[in-house]
Amino acid sequence: MSFSLPSPLESAPGARVRAVRDPFHGDLLEVSMGPHHPSTHGVFRMNVTLDGETVVKLKPVFGYLHRNHEKIGENASYLGSMPYTDRLDYLCSMTNNWAYALAVERLSGQTVPERAEYLRVILAELTRLLNHTCFAGFILQDCGASGTPLMYAFREREKILDLFESLSGSRMMCNFQRFGGCRADATPEWLEAARALVDGYGEFEELLTGNEILMARTQGVGRLPAKLAVGAGITGPMLRASGVGYDLRKVDGYGVYPRLDFRVPVGADGDTYDRYMVRVLEMRESIKILRQALGTLPGGPVMDPKARLRGFRAKPGEVYSRIEGPKGEIGFFLISDGGPNPYRYRVRPPSFINLTVLEDLCLGHSIADTVVILGSIDIVLGEVDR
Amino acid sequence: METPDQIRDRLLARFPGASVAVVANPGPAAQHSLLLGSGEARAMAEFLRDSPGLRLDFCSNVTGVDWLDREVTDVASKTIPDPAGGPPKLVEQRTKRLQPGYLEVVYHLYSVELRHGPVVLRLRTGNRSDRVAVPSLTPVWRSCEFQEREVFDLFGVVFDGHPDLRRILMWDEFKDHPMRKDYVEPDDYEWEPTPHADVLAKARRHYPAAAPAAKEEPAP
Repeated sequence: MSFSLPSPLESAPGARVRAVRDPFHGDLLEVSMGPHHPSTHGVFRMNVTLDGETVVKLKPVFGYLHRNHEKIGENASYLGSMPYTDRLDYLCSMTNNWAYALAVERLSGQTVPERAEYLRVILAELTRLLNHTCFAGFILQDCGASGTPLMYAFREREKILDLFESLSGSRMMCNFQRFGGCRADATPEWLEAARALVDGYGEFEELLTGNEILMARTQGVGRLPAKLAVGAGITGPMLRASGVGYDLRKVDGYGVYPRLDFRVPVGADGDTYDRYMVRVLEMRESIKILRQALGTLPGGPVMDPKARLRGFRAKPGEVYSRIEGPKGEIGFFLISDGGPNPYRYRVRPPSFINLTVLEDLCLGHSIADTVVILGSIDIVLGEVDR
Repeated sequence: METPDQIRDRLLARFPGASVAVVANPGPAAQHSLLLGSGEARAMAEFLRDSPGLRLDFCSNVTGVDWLDREVTDVASKTIPDPAGGPPKLVEQRTKRLQPGYLEVVYHLYSVELRHGPVVLRLRTGNRSDRVAVPSLTPVWRSCEFQEREVFDLFGVVFDGHPDLRRILMWDEFKDHPMRKDYVEPDDYEWEPTPHADVLAKARRHYPAAAPAAKEEPAP
């Protein structure tokens, strides 16, 4: 087995190779970080070329978890793909379900009862809270705060997962949304428990935001300019941290979001700290949304009585439909030829596309910062590799 | 936002010789798309990105679609006069022809600046053979970089002008394109030639009598 070191000319554009192969600095070193590396959030590999400790080239390698989700989706019925969407971003199955259900509803022109729309918003915002809580735990883990913050984050997350379990029967693989509504209705006790959770949330965040070590490790690290972010298709909190206030809940106004009052936090610098801070502020907005939605949840059915699930067929046509997931824009592109299965089933995975700029963010930083920058992109490999 | 027909007219006014057509979407979503000819696709994409009324600066989704060869029935009706002097008859003539398949790359564009979209672009290859190419739009929108690599990997569309066209989800030695509709799975994905197989084959050549009944190794 042999591998050749890249010549300095092959370095990525923008890389500044200070000194190569001189007696003082020595050669470039190529390190394969991952796939079995605790900081890569799963089975993800970065081929990093180092000059001393500085990154001069970084190529991400994917596919260790690839199972061709899209092919499975083309061979399954429309309803049969719903449980598979749970496995995309396995922290946020509720928003994946919603994105897919919404795409099929737009493909077939279905509508959803009012109560189901509110329930979807409640579940999506709970998912956002859950995801951002885990994010805060993970990024501190990546900074080197071993274990403790992550356990606090998981304690908070478990409260939300308990709610999901009592509603859908499963903690993480919820499989809850259907074309035309939701699978089950929330009981008054469930809603009471959700209100209690929302009122008590946020204790955890006080421990982190003013933390000096977090600030020292993240401020000024991995700056992402707004123009590059838009051009590279970055979405979600990562785009908003760069100062672009593009939130699909406001822009597309799907569901009942136009009726709810909330703000879109944006960052100023686009560095890792802003990516952290935007998520913390988003959690506060999510709590605001949850209070409003739980307060004004209307009665009625949660499933369109005319909706057909088994033997569902859509008229020939196609649709691209997207929602604001916790990690960014999650979209589904479906082509129907009138048959029981979609002819083409495509997922637009936010964390896969957010990785486009990983190299740009890491160049010139040390290898320890690479870990923090990767953590601030917030990837889940189930979605990156599909 | 402008309709696809208006965008087509603007493109044709700017690029007089180019081929632009609107592909209708019969479904309730009615997201009609623009089919661009490969020749000037990149120049037209740059125009869509920079033109003041559109400013489609955000390419959200890139994907491929595999359309197989299809048998199309053309129906032509013809009036035949009745030799007996009655009223003429209307006869339908059905002719079948084979419409060759093609691979298609679909781009969904939005504007972050003007908050509109989607505008759907389609590029088509001439056929479904192995090395079929369309121009890469990565120089226009950086977000196409990984997604075009994915289309290359899973569909086998070659993107001319892509800066780093390699397989992305399948491993580098993999031969086929799994998202094509006529893809056949191998018996064993993890089969790989080992030195052991070479030794066995050599032994068979040298000692035909002593070698066990020839059990062919499965083809990769």
